[in-house]
Amino acid sequence: MTENDSALRGRTLAEKVWDAHLVKKGEDGAPDLLYIDLHLVHEVTSPQAFDGLRMAGRPVRRPDLTIATEDHNTPTLNIGRPIADLTSRTQIETLRRNAEEFGIRLHSLGDLEQGIVHVVGPQLGLTMPGITVVCGDSHTSTHGAFGAMAFGIGTSEVEHVLATQTLPLKPFKTMAITVEGELRPGVTAKDIILAVIAKIGTGGGQGYVLEYRGSAIRSLSMEGRMTICNMSIEAGARAGMVAPDETTFAYLKGRPHAPQGADWDAAVEYWRTLATDDDAVFDAEVFLDANELEPFVTWGTNPGQGVSLSESVPDPSTIADPNERAAAERALEYMDLRAGTSMKDIPVDAVFMGSCTNSRIEDLRAFASVIRGRQKAPNVRVMVVPGSARVRIEAEAEGLHKVFEEFGAEWRFAGCSMCLGMNPDQLAPGERCASTSNRNFEGRQGKGGRTHLVSPLVAAATAIRGTLSSPSDLQQGDLLRSRAGEEVTA
Amino acid sequence: MEKFTVHSGVAAPLKRSNVDTDQIIPAQFLKRVTKTGFEDALFHGWRQDPEFVLNQPHYQGASVLVAGPDFGTGSSREHAVWALRDFGFRVVLSPRFADIFRGNSGKQGLVTGVVAEDDLEKLWGAIEAAPGIAATVDLVAKSVSIGDLTVPFDIDEYTRWRLLEGLDDIALTLRDEALIAEYEGRRESWRPTTLPVRS
Repeated sequence: MTENDSALRGRTLAEKVWDAHLVKKGEDGAPDLLYIDLHLVHEVTSPQAFDGLRMAGRPVRRPDLTIATEDHNTPTLNIGRPIADLTSRTQIETLRRNAEEFGIRLHSLGDLEQGIVHVVGPQLGLTMPGITVVCGDSHTSTHGAFGAMAFGIGTSEVEHVLATQTLPLKPFKTMAITVEGELRPGVTAKDIILAVIAKIGTGGGQGYVLEYRGSAIRSLSMEGRMTICNMSIEAGARAGMVAPDETTFAYLKGRPHAPQGADWDAAVEYWRTLATDDDAVFDAEVFLDANELEPFVTWGTNPGQGVSLSESVPDPSTIADPNERAAAERALEYMDLRAGTSMKDIPVDAVFMGSCTNSRIEDLRAFASVIRGRQKAPNVRVMVVPGSARVRIEAEAEGLHKVFEEFGAEWRFAGCSMCLGMNPDQLAPGERCASTSNRNFEGRQGKGGRTHLVSPLVAAATAIRGTLSSPSDLQQGDLLRSRAGEEVTA
Repeated sequence: MEKFTVHSGVAAPLKRSNVDTDQIIPAQFLKRVTKTGFEDALFHGWRQDPEFVLNQPHYQGASVLVAGPDFGTGSSREHAVWALRDFGFRVVLSPRFADIFRGNSGKQGLVTGVVAEDDLEKLWGAIEAAPGIAATVDLVAKSVSIGDLTVPFDIDEYTRWRLLEGLDDIALTLRDEALIAEYEGRRESWRPTTLPVRS
């Protein structure tokens, strides 16, 4: 990222953040040593890292730059009771012991600040522009929405950061993803990123940091930007970033760990310098026309296998690349779909509204805005899972939980929930789900489960109609199908 | 970490692209708190199928996996590497690897060699012409041989050096402890701290 000619030309956002964290420049093919400003920890990818420290007799170098939450294994019902699954309970208890032993701040199940690690960091104001963020979780890319360099790491690297607060890294290449224009009503950040992944493929971002730019990105809220950066990894990229601007500063100001007083002023002054220079050069560029975008859904078993909701399941025989074709054939078999079926004719058994991609307050508001005064389709199970305990409280303060419950949805406690099969929230074999999460891999939401990735708006319309739908598909007849005897206001 | 120079072992063809880490090791196995004993979890879903390549008698004891493009996509779980290693794999060859997976592999002594797509077809052909045949992976020469066929593979030089020397990353970094301390000394005060807790 810091090529020798970097002094001769402008730098990208990613290059600026990289350069500001150089502890040591790598020589003769060695990686750079980069300082890590913020290390997020959860129960799944940390036990073996703490074990490694113990065996080597090493302390955590900077407990004050480290924070842990419980999210992957935690149940979203009956959270006051001991966790029923013994291995899950062991993993949670191991994190609690490790946090205690190494002096790390931990937000446990039941705590006011508990939640999905990628919801908690931004909410506390710990995620900010111009910093480096790592976590043993690939969706760490979420934090890039603030103009941070944020990426997922493996357990060996978790141990490395705990021990040294640094990581040896080879510079990433840079890719500009420019999205110009105005999104149509009903088209959201989730549709943008699903369309980007379908365009560049699940390997298209490999080795790159993606920088999302253009008027459509600038007009997104922080929540929308987080949704986009979150799924950068699904295009194979290590990180995704958006240059910080007034939207970023407004979101951050006043949060518990945001800079205060003179620090705030100094920070904002610096943050304003982070945007990519006009004469900077990206290693690759991709353009997307926001005006053309429609609600986007996946049909297959990787996030690149997606189409506009108005289209049909593609025919694998029309795919030129033999590996892609074989993957598509396998995906259709697993998904039990036939080529040519209209996406809107696909019925679902479940709708999952949640995950680090779409579980923030704005996502819940969007979902609620569609279902308000309506009734879910009778055979569809609907789960709404807030990303953090704070989001849950905020939603309840706005009365959203009543909207969900009157609709017939289950309103849960915070956690990763049905995004991945590590806690009690799972699909049964063969069940089909419209999910606001990030991965439609085989068995991701439970063994044999089938996942269609969708936006909160599509999830809501699908929950009403029972087939993949967008809000524009809703008829007057779907309105006010209230439960008998209940007064519902639209 | 054990040094890696040349390894010979049975090669297994995994003729699929986009082998994601949820397939390499499903999430239910991530609840363990140990770093070994994941061999039973490897490709757990696919291994339920008796026809799956690793269930076939020829490929028992395989240690070189020859896979389609985009191997190791998805989650950052290092468990995927532990499962491959515990099952007996020392090398995975593919035209493309996901970045995090490739990084994790290098830290656990699992060689991830990038082969050209044309060469991948040749390797698959050579294996299937003589199922159970051994592949010889030479990290010094950066080549893999199966029978008469020899093709090159690519791996980044630094990872290769560490694998050849069997070096541990943390110990290497701690040699630069003074530089880290110096960096910390000039770190701006607006940057985040998690402690003391503020609310």
